[in-house]
Amino acid sequence: MSELRQEAEAIAEQFSDHLDVDADEVEERLENLVNEYRVPLDEARRSVTNSYLEDAGMERDELGRGGSESVLVDEIDEDEQWVDLRVTLVDLWEPRSDSISQVGLLGDESGTIKFVAFETSDLPELTEGQAYELSNVVTDEYEGSYSVKLNRTTQITEIDEEIEVGDNADTVEGALVDIQSGSGLIKRCPEDDCTRVLQNGRCSEHGQVEGEFDLRIKGVLDDGETVTEVIFDREATEKLTGMGLEEAKDMAMDALDTTVVAEEMADDVLGRYYRVTGPTFGRYVLVDEMEDPGAVDVESALIEARSI
Amino acid sequence: MSQSAPTREVARRVFASEFNDAGYTFTESDDERAPVYALLPTGESSNRVFFVGTLTEKEDVGEDSEYWRGRIVDPTGTFFVYAGQYQPEAASKLRDLEPPAYVAVVGKPRTYETDDGTVRVSVRPESITEVDAATRDRWVAETATRTIERVAAFDDDGNEYARMAREEYDLDPQTYKAAALSALEDLDEGDELAGDAADEDRADGDTAGDATDPAGTPEP
Repeated sequence: MSELRQEAEAIAEQFSDHLDVDADEVEERLENLVNEYRVPLDEARRSVTNSYLEDAGMERDELGRGGSESVLVDEIDEDEQWVDLRVTLVDLWEPRSDSISQVGLLGDESGTIKFVAFETSDLPELTEGQAYELSNVVTDEYEGSYSVKLNRTTQITEIDEEIEVGDNADTVEGALVDIQSGSGLIKRCPEDDCTRVLQNGRCSEHGQVEGEFDLRIKGVLDDGETVTEVIFDREATEKLTGMGLEEAKDMAMDALDTTVVAEEMADDVLGRYYRVTGPTFGRYVLVDEMEDPGAVDVESALIEARSI
Repeated sequence: MSQSAPTREVARRVFASEFNDAGYTFTESDDERAPVYALLPTGESSNRVFFVGTLTEKEDVGEDSEYWRGRIVDPTGTFFVYAGQYQPEAASKLRDLEPPAYVAVVGKPRTYETDDGTVRVSVRPESITEVDAATRDRWVAETATRTIERVAAFDDDGNEYARMAREEYDLDPQTYKAAALSALEDLDEGDELAGDAADEDRADGDTAGDATDPAGTPEP
């Protein structure tokens, strides 16, 4: 979505309760001012907004939160929606592009969501750990994951309140049917803030580096209807397999081969049933908790089966 | 979402008696590398299966190189698993395992036609691991539920694979439901040892000759 289009939709949205304005019309007027008359965008926005205010017989401060809906981050499941959030800034990340002023993670009691703010929007800087009311942010979707974009019309209000951040935890149960490559004893890039897994001793960002050993399992849980990819970090892997990092290193050293570790682990865990709980990140559930579902309750299975 | 990762095929839960009847295979596109599905007679496509049973026999049936055949028994019949040089991990697992043992298998359905024109269905394993009785019981309960669910949906409008099953097979899905229920009831009786022994007898009766028929051996 172009920035003009974003602005136009924001304006149309703000007036949606008062006037019959559609975003195409707003965009056309903005475009005319910006492209034809070389008016700076925020001046154009002001001017267009004013003219609609006049049409509606409204004062500027009556234009509050427009039509955007107040939602929890976990409820966001559609692209390009205008929403309001009450969130804590959980984490700030390093922007990968000069056009981005801030990028990171926002959270409320329902979970967390990525946010992006652009340089061109001229927004005040957000501070880690601070709670905010953000009105007029736009949802975005990429490969099934949602994020929100702050924009020029976003109103940022600091609020003096603790917002507890939930963990979007999902629980998945199934048989562990596969252990993917990149599991077992792996090496990670030792550069600051880079934890990429090395491929043949190379980090995709930093090239040839002396890696640091770590344990993890990338596995697939399958319940016969759906498959879920899960990642066990070092702690979860140790709990799952009973094998610690030192033991794994010794084993690899003896065999002069790191792949024996994943093979040994596969022997212990493939084909067993597990129930895991953790946040979803992209396609993966990151395992926080894991349990063996134990003995099956045959009686209730029988009752269920007879009722189908 | 144009370049989403290719989706992994789900591992269907199916008892041996139904699996061995799934001799019809098909693809969903003309692409040379399109996945091949076995059609389950209860109306479902199956490119992968997961099952747990008792490995009762294993034998190296290869001529030039090792080619292992395992018989894995569930409450309804016997799965035949073949692993050779292209499944080195599964093959070495079969070499090492001492029957009887509970094993969990993830694998792909394979069909082959014998000289007399009979279609046999076997499993090309992706992994074989030794597991415990609790895992086996959970699988039996889960597979019974899934089977009964498929049979219940068999007459649903728009059940494409059920329609295909009606066209390709002359098999009554209710028999699989009955087998699934009886497997669950056996579990419920809780007498595992007696139950397993009876199951093996029954399985041997059903599939007599399969194991020893060399014509039944697929190419590695």
